[in-house]
Amino acid sequence: MKSEHSAPIILPQCVLCNRMKVTLFIPCFVDLMYPQVGISMVKILERLGHKVECPEEIACCGQPAYNSGYWDEAREVAVKVLERLKEAEVVVIASGSCGAMLRVFYPELFAGTVHAGTAKTLAGKSYEFSDFLVSKLAVTDLGARFPAKVTFHDGCHGLRELGNYEQPRRLLAHVRELELVEMKEKVCCGFGGTFAAKFPMISTAMGEVRCAQAHDTGAEYIVSNDSSCLMHIQGLLDRQGSRVKTIHLAEVLAQS
Amino acid sequence: MNPVAREFKANARRLTADLRHRDLIQTALGKYEAVRDKTKAAFQDWQAARQAAAEIKWEAVNHLDRYLDEFVRNLEARGTKVHWASTGRQAREIILGIIREKKARSIIKSKAMTSEEIHLNEALEEAGFEVVESDLGEFIVQLRKEAPYHIVFPAMHLSRGDINELFTRELGSAPTQNPEDLTMIARGVLRQKYLAADIGFTGANFAVAETGMISITENEGNARLTAALPKVMVTLLGIEKILPRLEDLALFLPMLATIGTGQALTCYNSLYGGPRQPGEPDGPEEYHVVLLDNRRTELLADAEQRDALHCIRCGGCLNVCPIFRNVGGHTYGTTYSGPIGSVITPHLRGLQEWKHLSYASSLCGACTEVCPVKINLHHHLLHNRRNASRQKPSLAEKLTFKSFAFIVNRPGVYRVVKRAGRLLQKLHPLVKGTRLDPAYSWTRTRELPPIARQTFKEYWRNRR
Repeated sequence: MKSEHSAPIILPQCVLCNRMKVTLFIPCFVDLMYPQVGISMVKILERLGHKVECPEEIACCGQPAYNSGYWDEAREVAVKVLERLKEAEVVVIASGSCGAMLRVFYPELFAGTVHAGTAKTLAGKSYEFSDFLVSKLAVTDLGARFPAKVTFHDGCHGLRELGNYEQPRRLLAHVRELELVEMKEKVCCGFGGTFAAKFPMISTAMGEVRCAQAHDTGAEYIVSNDSSCLMHIQGLLDRQGSRVKTIHLAEVLAQS
Repeated sequence: MNPVAREFKANARRLTADLRHRDLIQTALGKYEAVRDKTKAAFQDWQAARQAAAEIKWEAVNHLDRYLDEFVRNLEARGTKVHWASTGRQAREIILGIIREKKARSIIKSKAMTSEEIHLNEALEEAGFEVVESDLGEFIVQLRKEAPYHIVFPAMHLSRGDINELFTRELGSAPTQNPEDLTMIARGVLRQKYLAADIGFTGANFAVAETGMISITENEGNARLTAALPKVMVTLLGIEKILPRLEDLALFLPMLATIGTGQALTCYNSLYGGPRQPGEPDGPEEYHVVLLDNRRTELLADAEQRDALHCIRCGGCLNVCPIFRNVGGHTYGTTYSGPIGSVITPHLRGLQEWKHLSYASSLCGACTEVCPVKINLHHHLLHNRRNASRQKPSLAEKLTFKSFAFIVNRPGVYRVVKRAGRLLQKLHPLVKGTRLDPAYSWTRTRELPPIARQTFKEYWRNRR
């Protein structure tokens, strides 16, 4: 029989030095097409003294299937995510859209199933990147410098499902030599996942309206905290031959 | 693809490419938004008002049986004849029956989306009666033999020039671009119609159970004339229009005006409680109220989407919807367009035939954010998608998402697919933007970023 005294003394690291073990969730499109976004996040989080890990086995949150109405298939993917993030202390997601999936849609997807509790727990410890910095870490100044006039595009999922409006702006406000000019309204860029392929004409028209609003600000860069929106916007800008460029918030914040 | 969906796509393609249309709608709704926000700011707490409104509608909709009963008892007590219509067809027959019984010839109408829903005008005209829309916007689209473009602004797709052209052609009026003159032309025609009409037909904005009254809100006074001049008045309304108490209007009238048009209150707000009572100087001699179900009870039975019956038809979700703004109201091919139309039409007219509307959304949620009665609009679009694919899955899509799940759940397979994609994309320039391009729907109008030479996962592996 073990005596009480033989149990090892475990002190949680965070109590000692506020150091967190951050599990970074890199969505498929960031992995494949925008690796520099993920790399910037790693840099920033490590610079802040946190331990970053990124589970190799997680490739996608399952949103394409979920949004298309194929919830069984979405659950097949999501249940693996639940399993693989079970031990995570805190999960940081490199996209507002996938963040909404974990925080808002997983609990709905698993409501009434044996995984409901796990989904709820995961939702409670998951943060979109800018929200994590501002709300969880209370960091707004990363010492970044970005000498340019920029405008900010809110990804709709980050904005309306997660309510991230102030967070990215507070971060941008502390970037040296950066001038932020807001667009005249908060409106979707027209990406919408499979919507962009199912209704390309509507998606394109929406994107053109958004690009025009960005042009009206005179900004050199469109910054966003969602690479999926930027993929759409940049895709249109390139076709238009525009000189306006898109860049992810994390890349701006990693510049010094 | 079913013919309805094909037509939607064809019209969407045409309208999204119509830059004049885009400009007209963006400008009009841009101005509306500015005024709306100013009016909204006068509320002490807009979010609390939304919550209160949602709770009142929740109460009404979840106890509809009780409140409808109360409403009808109170109406009948003052001599109103109440009719129940389960279907659009029944409603048309009831209304035609009243018209025939009264040996009426002509009907003057104020704005009523429910009458669009049951295609009343067509039925009345087919039966040989004259029907005249008295709301200016409705009058204009009726002259053009068109459906209303928007549930609140029926003629918002037309410019002054378009209306002038229409009036000179159809009414023989002198050309003018002046909005006041154009209004006076319509007014001149309409005044005669009011006087000649045997029946005045209206819709309703709210139905107050406590007092048995119909509330009509408007800006032109046309509904008041429609209700006051003819001897017989008929009101058609959906059963979900119920509000429990009279005092609820104190919240709902300003709310509807604010989101509907950006006004603090519309110019005229009237309550109708029955036919002319003994000793009263005016009002119709006979009053009929037709309560329409038309599959609303099916929506009522759906606990998940029941809140769609909260809708007060303010048009707020249409106004902020980037899809609506780009494809326009007529493209939907439905009585109720925009997000609310995409949510309820599959319930009212068949899921499989109308499911495409639920897919034609980027799920941006601007609709849900603006809705004064807090309908979870964009999530209901997701629910419709789920219900549609559960009821009748597409084999191709099922296969796609099965393979998708197979790939992303297996890191080894995902890596292989990633490498294959990187190799295959070298061939992409050969077909890019052509019909042979597997990404044609994207690359026709947009560039596609390549798969990176080193993906994030590869970077992470190397680093470790």
